[in-house]
Amino acid sequence: MKSFKRVTGIVAPLDRLNVDTDQIIPKQFLKSIERTGFGDNLFDAWRFGDEGAIGKTPNERRINPDFVLNQPRYQDAGILLTRGNFGCGSSREHAVWSLLEFGFRCVIAPSFADIFLSNCFKNGLLPIVLKEKTIDRLFEMIDATPGFEISVDLPAQEVRLPDGERFEFAIDPFKKRTLLEGLDDIGLTMDHREEIAAFEAKHRKRMPWVFTS
Amino acid sequence: MSAQTLYDKIWSAHAVGKRADGQTMLYIDLQLLHEVTSPQAFAGLELAGRNLWRVGANLATPDHNVPTDNRELGLDGIVDAVAKQQVVTLDENCRRYGITQFDILDRRQGIVHVVGPEQGATQPGMTIVCGDSHTSTHGAFAALAQGIGTSDVEHVMATQCLVQSKAKNMRVQVDGALRDGVTAKDLILSIIGAIGTAGATGHTIEYLGSGITDLSMEGRMTLCNMSIEGGARAGLVAVDDKTLEYLHGRPLAPRGEPWDLAHEYWVTLRSEAQALFDSNFRIDATSLIPQVTWGTSPELVIGIDSATPNPDRAGDEAEAQSLQLALDYMGLVADQPMVEITLDRIFIGSCTNARIEDLRGAASVVKGRKVARGIKQALVVPGSGLVKAQAEAEGLADVFLEAGFEWRAAGCSMCLAMNPDRLQPGERCASTSNRNFEGRQGHRGRTHLVSPMMAAAAAVQGYFVDVRGML
Ligand code: SF4
Repeated sequence: MKSFKRVTGIVAPLDRLNVDTDQIIPKQFLKSIERTGFGDNLFDAWRFGDEGAIGKTPNERRINPDFVLNQPRYQDAGILLTRGNFGCGSSREHAVWSLLEFGFRCVIAPSFADIFLSNCFKNGLLPIVLKEKTIDRLFEMIDATPGFEISVDLPAQEVRLPDGERFEFAIDPFKKRTLLEGLDDIGLTMDHREEIAAFEAKHRKRMPWVFTS
Repeated sequence: MSAQTLYDKIWSAHAVGKRADGQTMLYIDLQLLHEVTSPQAFAGLELAGRNLWRVGANLATPDHNVPTDNRELGLDGIVDAVAKQQVVTLDENCRRYGITQFDILDRRQGIVHVVGPEQGATQPGMTIVCGDSHTSTHGAFAALAQGIGTSDVEHVMATQCLVQSKAKNMRVQVDGALRDGVTAKDLILSIIGAIGTAGATGHTIEYLGSGITDLSMEGRMTLCNMSIEGGARAGLVAVDDKTLEYLHGRPLAPRGEPWDLAHEYWVTLRSEAQALFDSNFRIDATSLIPQVTWGTSPELVIGIDSATPNPDRAGDEAEAQSLQLALDYMGLVADQPMVEITLDRIFIGSCTNARIEDLRGAASVVKGRKVARGIKQALVVPGSGLVKAQAEAEGLADVFLEAGFEWRAAGCSMCLAMNPDRLQPGERCASTSNRNFEGRQGHRGRTHLVSPMMAAAAAVQGYFVDVRGML
């Protein structure tokens, strides 16, 4: 997994509530057996005016000029600002893969859906929860200031604005370490293999019917 | 120790221990696999040189991508080469690792959340995962069943553990029985309408009360299925006689002495009377009427006797804007009565509503009637090959066919439109599935979520009606 320490970048504002993973990456692009190749179809139905298909590149598509990510000022955005319950719906990890591939390293919202949140941490995408009021203000500032950049500092757990204002954010200490060091999550559990085997033996005695096949 | 909830009990029976990070390693009894979210997990496992921890804990079937016609052609019936590769990859992976799979030609193939309970693989007190958010369905059997992402699928393959922190407990109390023509689907839609799609985020829901004990196992599965639409990863219903009766004699359920042993444990799977929940919601089932979603999120739902909301009357600017976006996408206007809305297609299927009881309910409305002329297509897609066979044996297939429905082979089909069954841009569908997100059933398609009986009523009328007037 990619590690995450600090990111400074343009913030793209996606002013919608309950953005679901079907919007982040529509199902017709989930037919791949790879972990890559999803970035071109991030928010496909919003970014483009025509229906996409696997293998069609963005150059061959009709761009929807009204969609925020297509506006020139947000072209190089590395941070996404959005509204509550981001990532609800389907468990598809492809949603996180496509955000990362498109170039986002961090998503800021007042709340996230549970499965999406776990998927973020498995892939080095940093989800930051800030207060609704702060988010409102960020939306206003972005709108008023072309080229508005912020810095996200994971070690300090801070979001910094150009004028020096700072917002602290909370993160589970271990999840923080996983992101900072890009740790292999499965490897960490494998270190406990004897404990798991011992539990399994006990469990097998207690619930033998579970182990019939 | 304080009184335990059902969730507390299953959690503590599977907690292996904590990792250095304070997260719990939760032992997983059963992992269900399908073709869309497993290939990258198998590939990751191989890349890291790891093996499957316990082969017997896995069960697979292809469902998301498979076409629902020309099933006798098997893999050759899959026209889309990319989709076919996914199904073939699942075949290969299952063969290589020795995993039991009900493949595309197997009569037991079907939607993974229909197949698990039907085979008796889903059992009370188990921990179950699948790379699919509607894994919550299996909670109807008092199993802690959760949807996970592909990295976690790989994690469970390699370690038999899901690493997570415990969720909070939420109690949804349902009092009184549903009236005729009102189903578990209407109940769960009402609950989501009330608590919102993020209402249960961070919680495991347990459904309790006379309204729940009154439901069949099929109804409980419909209810638990859509827990995720309320934000909860898992929904639970305690074990009672109906649970045991449903399971008894299923192919993968224990029998003989192991059954007796299991039985003894299973009946303890209920929350203790004194158990405290972190949050509570109560609903009266007797007052419910059939529900229809009008917008692009499952929480945007109203009774069939109501009209679409008016953004002018919204609480604030943001809400008004969000309502207007949904109305625009759906091609509706403010204050539009639901009973005026005409439809292009009807879809009866999905892991929410494609079990035998759902098909019986729909057929009871369709019987002796015809699909309305304005409807371009009315599809019935059974949840599994076995549901299909049973419906044919009971004469339900004939009822649908005589009325002008298409009768298909099992799969997810138009629930998510990864296969050829889909809406065309602008088309409007009455669907028994679980998500009305933009484009869910096809690019620019419009979805209204309803019960199977309401979908059947809409099919014969051509527009939404209160099915209670047709019984
Ligand atoms: S039927 Fe629909 S919701 Fe259920 S597993 Fe298939 S795609 Fe997902």
